[in-house]
Amino acid sequence: MKPLVRTQEEYLRRLRRERFLVHLIRILIFAALVAAWELAARRGYIDAFVTSSPSRLWDCFRSLMASGTLLHHIRITVAETLLSFALVMGIALLLSILLWWFPVLSRIFEPYLVVLNSLPKSALAPVFIVWFGNNMKTIIIAAVSVAVFGATMTLYHSFCQMEPDKIKLIYTLGGKKSDVLLHLILPGNIGTLLNVSKTNLGLSLVGVIIGEFLASTAGLGYLIIYGSQVFKLDIVLLAIVLLCILATLLYLLLSMAEKLYERRIR
Amino acid sequence: MRDFLEINQVSFSYFSQTGEIPVLDRIHFHVCEGEFIAIVGPSGCGKTTLLSLLCGLLTPSSGEILLNGLPVAGSRSQIGYMLQKDHLLDWRSTKRNVSLGLEVSHTYRKEDGERIDKMLRDYGLSDFSKNLPSQLSGGMRQRAALIRTLLRDPSLLLLDEPFSALDYQTRLTVCEDVWHIIRETKKTTLLITHDVTEAIRMADRILVLSRLPATILSSHTLPAELCRLSPMEAGNHPEFAVYFNKIWKELMRA
Repeated sequence: MKPLVRTQEEYLRRLRRERFLVHLIRILIFAALVAAWELAARRGYIDAFVTSSPSRLWDCFRSLMASGTLLHHIRITVAETLLSFALVMGIALLLSILLWWFPVLSRIFEPYLVVLNSLPKSALAPVFIVWFGNNMKTIIIAAVSVAVFGATMTLYHSFCQMEPDKIKLIYTLGGKKSDVLLHLILPGNIGTLLNVSKTNLGLSLVGVIIGEFLASTAGLGYLIIYGSQVFKLDIVLLAIVLLCILATLLYLLLSMAEKLYERRIR
Repeated sequence: MRDFLEINQVSFSYFSQTGEIPVLDRIHFHVCEGEFIAIVGPSGCGKTTLLSLLCGLLTPSSGEILLNGLPVAGSRSQIGYMLQKDHLLDWRSTKRNVSLGLEVSHTYRKEDGERIDKMLRDYGLSDFSKNLPSQLSGGMRQRAALIRTLLRDPSLLLLDEPFSALDYQTRLTVCEDVWHIIRETKKTTLLITHDVTEAIRMADRILVLSRLPATILSSHTLPAELCRLSPMEAGNHPEFAVYFNKIWKELMRA
């Protein structure tokens, strides 16, 4: 059992200590993993040629940076991800508004949405290449197709959760359906929209990498495929590490937007 | 006095796969301008359906509803409706919640800003005009909802159990507040409630509805001296218990 807290000061001190410990242990685990990886590679416990090692990654990073190609690959992947994400959110928002406005549409199209959402989109990728060619268009379409159906369904269902009495209120105040949409449904679902954004930014990245595996000449996904084909695992692992960092940064960006919104509401 | 609101032989049915559900059966009553009517009935007897018909959200299966001699569907702007909950929008400040009605009916004019400020002052909310609903008490929220309704200057007020979501103490004070506001503005009012005491405290006339399909069982015009008293005072009047027992017995038989 924890000892009793007697003062506010003591409570705050304990809170700070706990927070500090959590951060410290996180960092220690990371450092230990990196050190163990490096050590195992140097001592020859693992074959650094296929597992690479932190120091080899660093060398690889520096040489690729020096030739200027790495930044180019990162930029391509970020641009493709952001563009797909914007398209996913725009299309999903538009579709969910349409479905909400015309309930009969949602009844007609629901099975189609369910099938398209559960279909593994990577299965479609080869078809996209044939249809749209070996270029960025294919990548964007692949990425959008991964996320857009799920996003539409989540948003639409959230729209339908609005209390019927609130909708009645708008009508009794002399509003029309467009007022229900503008003053109730959209502002009442900003929280859901931000949540859906978080999921779909991640999914867009997944889609872009799938697309780059199949049809690209640049990007981190291309780098992974290229590295494995020429058997330079350093490049593959470097690209994966960079993807981790990229995903984290994008997630943090949206978390910040969410916090900002929550602060405005409370 | 002429008849301000006429409900003429109104019937209404819902339709479902298992068949037609008659809700209202030839409801017929007239309301004078400035009158305060309470409608009581067992729960699920179609009271809310009646109000939805009165404000034109539903159309009667047969019969007609006239406001000032005109069909009610065309005079929706003259009707103010208060629902069971306040339904203030979480993301709008008090002031912007109150002005919602003017915004959605596209009737917001420049001078309304001052009108809103004055009403918020009159009803003790001016210090909270920039606060969000989550920071208001239950009574304040209900007052804000009332201002939202009154700002559109309706000539007929429909109250659908507007106090039922409040705790007992708040309920008494808000009931008192609303009664004073309605009497001062002389609005014609229809209150729907399942609480017989509330009906006697507030109204001039009480209509008792039966179970489904609802018909009007009886109409009680309360003595003038009881109508003049505020809800709190009316509860102590000797006639209060007489009417309470009379209406209560009818409801039990219904």
